[in-house]
Amino acid sequence: MRIQAKRILSMVLLYLLLVLILLYVLFPYIWTFLCSVKPEPELFSKKIHYLPISPTIQNYVSLFGLTKFPRYFLNSLIIAFATTVLAVLISILAAYAFSRFRFPMRYLLMIIVLLTTMFPKILLIIPLFMIFRSLHLINTFAGLILAHSTFAIPFSVWMLTGFLETVPRDLELAALIDGCTRVQALLKIVIPLMLPGIAATAVYIFISSWNEYLYALIFTTTPSIRTLPVGLKMFVGKYEVSWGWLTAGGMVTSIPLVILFFLVQKHLIKGLTAGAVKQ
Amino acid sequence: MHKYIPKKRGVYPYLLLLPLLLALILIIFYPILYSVYLSFNHYVLTTPSEIGFSGIENYVKILGDEVFWRSLRRTGMWIFWTIGFELLFGLMIAWLLDRKFPGRGIVRSLVLLPWVFPSILTGLMWVWMLDDTYGIINDFLVKVRLIDSYIPWLSLAGTALYGIIAAQVWHGTPFFVIMILAAMQGIPKELYEAARIDGANKWQEYWYITWPHILPTVLITTLLRTIWTASYVEIIEIMTGGGPGESTLTLPVYAFRRAYSYLDFGYSAALSLALVGMLSGLVWAYLRMMKMSRVEIL
Repeated sequence: MRIQAKRILSMVLLYLLLVLILLYVLFPYIWTFLCSVKPEPELFSKKIHYLPISPTIQNYVSLFGLTKFPRYFLNSLIIAFATTVLAVLISILAAYAFSRFRFPMRYLLMIIVLLTTMFPKILLIIPLFMIFRSLHLINTFAGLILAHSTFAIPFSVWMLTGFLETVPRDLELAALIDGCTRVQALLKIVIPLMLPGIAATAVYIFISSWNEYLYALIFTTTPSIRTLPVGLKMFVGKYEVSWGWLTAGGMVTSIPLVILFFLVQKHLIKGLTAGAVKQ
Repeated sequence: MHKYIPKKRGVYPYLLLLPLLLALILIIFYPILYSVYLSFNHYVLTTPSEIGFSGIENYVKILGDEVFWRSLRRTGMWIFWTIGFELLFGLMIAWLLDRKFPGRGIVRSLVLLPWVFPSILTGLMWVWMLDDTYGIINDFLVKVRLIDSYIPWLSLAGTALYGIIAAQVWHGTPFFVIMILAAMQGIPKELYEAARIDGANKWQEYWYITWPHILPTVLITTLLRTIWTASYVEIIEIMTGGGPGESTLTLPVYAFRRAYSYLDFGYSAALSLALVGMLSGLVWAYLRMMKMSRVEIL
């Protein structure tokens, strides 16, 4: 009887703690949402109402109707999508080389790739700005796509190399013996087998590009090329902030990421942890 | 032993690596060299006529720059509290989630969501939540009587850095949770069963079984996060821009401000390289640890 009571008590305690943690973890999401459906007077009322008294989608309507937000959204979509395609392609080729070949300097190159994940952006951003300026890449999609892919590639190479290790080599070997070329073996056997891993890596790259702020801020100066994070920052004026637009825009910006994350989370977590956890 | 497909050596792997190397050279290595070059030059964009080689002048200037020394100390505080809390929360949450209970899968995924929240939004939402008139955190703290009146957290020199740390801890904790949880799941369950038979209590189990097993992961993750957090500009730039005064000016933010507001590219490059120099010890330790625990891929 006492053991029973103790077990129930610890169960209650566990769920209580879990609820607290979830509240902490999700609160900024929840608060962003609640604020985004509040009319202006409620947002700026001295007495804070946790739940909107008269919920409205006015913030969303005017966000899309009156601001450049749709443009920012489209820009972000183009850049993040192109970045993903480019970075995934480059990373797959590199990961395949690291995983399936033993060649001089392989170890050194892998260490260099790992090293590049640790260089501070602040060190690269000024010279990149000057290089981009001389190459006329400022205010272009190409410039941001290049910068974003290169930033995501080193980590992606590590993730994909990890995923490739889980694809058995026997199938490839059989295909090669049957007369397939390396490229055919890669396209027909390896890639289909590691598709979940590639999807997870793609989502990682997409998220990192979608959320990137500093490069997007420095390498763009006109609204027509601005991305979502920089666009959202534009709602912060010197003296006042349009919290209605900002929170509505925040919801529209983060919801796609949440959906993508849930689609691939299992493999994404596997890929992220592969680098630091002994298997 | 050798699991790879044997094949005569050739240019094949290098061909596959070519796009990667080109991208890295253009977007990372060349800019780094350029940074080194800039750091040995007097290079202020507003006075183009004075641009020119200046030897180690920028580095000498750093040594006598009081703002640099203060920003360095601030960077230390920023790393210590941010990483400290992220690690603590990471350990606690991972410990809670590493057990069987109904709904475990969904809770685990939800806990990771701050990680995908854009840093710009993290910064701005915490600014809004910490607001001194409409902020819900002030409202809450007054209601539970921890404070008497609203505090302008981000406008006070004494609290601004901690306001940003709170936001960053929220954003960064999931990374620790993911890593530690993955390490905990790799521990063979038999070890716990054996310990239970021997009469070990929960704390002993954690201390003698869990902790030694997750320690390498904890160290690697802490090193990696420390390197990233030390050079992190975005969230500080977004929330306070280094202010009020210079109370949230960490070293990378100082370097960024030097370039962005003063267009002093030479000095900014020298500051960034000083940061990299100081982090290189950690990077070396990280690579050592990776080498020890990740032999299968390397």
